[in-house]
Amino acid sequence: MNNLLLKSVGILAFTATAAVAQAPRDDSFEKVARGRYLATLADCSACHTAAGGAPFAGGVVLQTPFGDLVGANITPDPDTGIGRYTEEEFQRVMSEGIGKGGYHLYGAMPFTAYTKVSKSDNSAIYAYLRSVEPVRNKVETNQLPFPFNIRASLIGWNFLNFSKGEFEKNPDRSAEWNRGAYIVEGLGHCGTCHTPKTSLGGDENDRFLEGATLQNWHAPNITADRHRGIGSWSTDEIVQYLKTGTNRFDTASGPMAEEVENSSQHWNDADLNAVAVYLKESRTSATEVPDALDADDTRIVAGKNIYADRCSACHTPDGNGIPRLFPKLSSAPLVNSDDPTSLIRVVLAGSRAGGTQASPTGPAMPSFAWNLSDDDVANVLTYIRNRWGNSAVPVAASEVKELREQLQE
Amino acid sequence: MAKRLPPTDAVIIGLGWAGAIIANELTDEGLQVVALERGPWRDTAADFNIATAPDELRYSQRQDLMLRTAQNTITMRNNPGQKALPMRNWGSFHPGNGTGGAGNHWAGITFRFQPEEFRLKSHLTERYGSTAVPEQLTLQDWGTDWTEMEPFYDAFDKVAGTSGKAGNLENKIQDGGNPYEGPRSSEYPTRPLRQPYGPTLFAQAARDMGYKPFPVPSALISEPYTNSLGVTMGPCTFCGFCTNYGCANYSKATAITTIIPVLVRKSNFTCRTNSEVLRILMDASGKRATGVVFVDSSGEEWEQPADIVIVTAFTFENVRLMLLSGVGEPYDPITNTGTTGRNYAYQTANGVQLFFDDKNFNPFIGAGAVGMGIDDFNNDNFDHSGLGFIGGGSIRVTPIGAAPIGNRPTPPGTPTWGSEWKKQTVKNYLSTMSIGCEASSYSMRNNYLSLDPTYCDRLGRPLLRVTFDFPENDLKMAQYCTDKVGEIAKAMNPRQYVKNPSKGHWNGGPYQSSHVVGGFVMGADPKTSSVNKYLQSWDVSNVFVVGASAFPQNPGYNPTATVGALAFKAADAIRTLYVKNPGPLVQA
Repeated sequence: MNNLLLKSVGILAFTATAAVAQAPRDDSFEKVARGRYLATLADCSACHTAAGGAPFAGGVVLQTPFGDLVGANITPDPDTGIGRYTEEEFQRVMSEGIGKGGYHLYGAMPFTAYTKVSKSDNSAIYAYLRSVEPVRNKVETNQLPFPFNIRASLIGWNFLNFSKGEFEKNPDRSAEWNRGAYIVEGLGHCGTCHTPKTSLGGDENDRFLEGATLQNWHAPNITADRHRGIGSWSTDEIVQYLKTGTNRFDTASGPMAEEVENSSQHWNDADLNAVAVYLKESRTSATEVPDALDADDTRIVAGKNIYADRCSACHTPDGNGIPRLFPKLSSAPLVNSDDPTSLIRVVLAGSRAGGTQASPTGPAMPSFAWNLSDDDVANVLTYIRNRWGNSAVPVAASEVKELREQLQE
Repeated sequence: MAKRLPPTDAVIIGLGWAGAIIANELTDEGLQVVALERGPWRDTAADFNIATAPDELRYSQRQDLMLRTAQNTITMRNNPGQKALPMRNWGSFHPGNGTGGAGNHWAGITFRFQPEEFRLKSHLTERYGSTAVPEQLTLQDWGTDWTEMEPFYDAFDKVAGTSGKAGNLENKIQDGGNPYEGPRSSEYPTRPLRQPYGPTLFAQAARDMGYKPFPVPSALISEPYTNSLGVTMGPCTFCGFCTNYGCANYSKATAITTIIPVLVRKSNFTCRTNSEVLRILMDASGKRATGVVFVDSSGEEWEQPADIVIVTAFTFENVRLMLLSGVGEPYDPITNTGTTGRNYAYQTANGVQLFFDDKNFNPFIGAGAVGMGIDDFNNDNFDHSGLGFIGGGSIRVTPIGAAPIGNRPTPPGTPTWGSEWKKQTVKNYLSTMSIGCEASSYSMRNNYLSLDPTYCDRLGRPLLRVTFDFPENDLKMAQYCTDKVGEIAKAMNPRQYVKNPSKGHWNGGPYQSSHVVGGFVMGADPKTSSVNKYLQSWDVSNVFVVGASAFPQNPGYNPTATVGALAFKAADAIRTLYVKNPGPLVQA
């Protein structure tokens, strides 16, 4: 009797499996646990777990210059999630950006980076995603206006912007550097936010990690460039930033605060270190450093006074800030960025740093939209961008005005 | 009928300093903790931002951070023969509200009590004989001692990042610190704040007279500090919007800048705000609490069952909840029986104002707790033989910042409006300073807390009635200490100085001090105390009542460091003794 019962359970189980995936599944504890770590490393939840929503059930809206895209439901629900995907089909999503049934995914799903992920890592992520609770939640991922909503347009896009291929180790570099490169260029998909985009939204690969603007946040240059990038950070300081969200230079805010909270604070030390080593040894930009404005420039004179009144109490009169609490403005990548979007944004809208287990403080920058005019914001930012060793193009009041209007929408 | 919530290991009433410290310790122990806070959620990022925090009208004049008297207040009278009347605006004291409690708007002065204070009655009797304590006073020992307290003071300092200079490190007197303090096991976590001009002049004059000035220990930190829980604070900027304000610079230690960021990350911690506890529930025996009933902002009543009930509200509400819940026997001054409400005491505030012609103090540069002080006339640091009183005060110059509405120093005799007032304001604003003397307040039989027979809160519960007047002993002490301050003031050579000792009857109108203490005091004898040395109720052993309500009398010091230390002490007892063996921790 017992035997019979077991058999019928076995048959039922087999039938259920067969309906969704043909190949025998390897869902050993080790593989699922590894997949879970890799999914954290890849920060899948950033796009696929909505605030307050069920894990991986989708619904996070990503605003692109072309319109809105929404993170898909990637739980194993057969109808609204990826329950019917075979491992090979999942593999194809990651390496080619092609969904079940052959449709093309938009580049917001960073398959241009994920193509570098190894087959065995994809297999582990697949095993993990099969293990999470299936949630019925229909998500309309493509909310782009015509003509961008026509997926066929992506064939041409891929031709211009996508080169398929698994990561290949560079034998001239250390194992650590190669692991770092694998994470930064692949699973970590750092370039999705930090690499400048072409007019079509593809990565400008010759300017890898030189900074980009998305959703009114500027993700700064994270190359080893000493002026605009993080060349003056030690590997330990990079690790500290990724692990705790803060170091003596800066405190993560905006989308990076979410990344630290959801992803990098959970990376193991070896991976954190590998990423730091890779970033430290990455190329530097050849772009010329602009000269700092003169001290008697009217914008600098005005900005200096505003800085003294509004900013210096926290960021300190010499722009050095307070470690782990108030970001250092001197020699900061974000401050020296060509694009001041994030700077304007935090002055207008304020910002709250992420809290992590290692650094739970979560300090905030208040909004100054109500008591600084467009000219004031432009002047004070022009001041901080041209003092204490910083030099960057002045901020125009028109840029402040434009972002102010966008933020009010 | 209250709706019943799932039971929890511990419920904490009030999420200020004491509640947050205990919640953090107990969640570290693995207990499920629910905190109930009658006020709103407050945190630095959302509530105290640098662009809006320095608002004198909102915070100082309109008391935005304080408990709203429409929600709860007290009634007051000077003696048992009078009918008490309700306090409709906070005058004499400033009870807090919301997460962080009064710790958000406190000044930040962080003295530890001296070793003798914990055995004051015994100490005075040993030094001056059995008649040393005036009959009028009901002084008593705390049932604990310095050796037991010091580690918990140390724990509090390391959470708060207290700035200062040790005067006594492991019994070695240190130059520049307070030589009268009890032996510390470690130096202050952060260095003393830099001193403004007024305190510097005062310290010079005091030193020249043979006194021993030291930087006032402060919960406003002087340098970047990451505390024992991993939370980071920034240095004080002397902005001058400190006492009565929330700090926008993460410089003032409060539960919200030092503990709550860690607490909210814990899955075994829950906080319910705008949730006011109505009473503690008891089982049929009356010897065991089963939880609490609270009301939310919709007027809905909820029962929160709990194995341990921890009461960490302000002094007034701690005592009122005990009276409303029937924990302990209410104190009766006529029969001198009962302990709930007994030994209520206050603080005796004195000062001397100095008007100069040739000085500029830039008084807007200030902080709630930056300054220089002397302890030569505090507590029993000087010989009281033949003086006719006991006690003393902490003498200090702590410029808190001279905001424009409240700060108009003019010499006595100046009209309070009109052109002469304006002229005197202009003449004196920059060149006036004052020396304060925060002095002891000793309990006596007729000073006590009870339920008011007439006035109720919005829910029909009796308000707490405060019966208080200054004991003759304290008024004599106030006069003596203020005269000593006057001598220092004179040596500083001002154009004019004006002495303001506490005198006459207590008046609830002008602000004096929020240091209200006692009413549910700790001790070794259940006849004269409500809680044992672990802050555990003698009568209901799963109720712990923590706060300045446990002080049997008040020394010439600010209370917060001691409240913090007592919270660590109670938490330690629950962690190491009570959870292993629930029941009375001290046999009466």
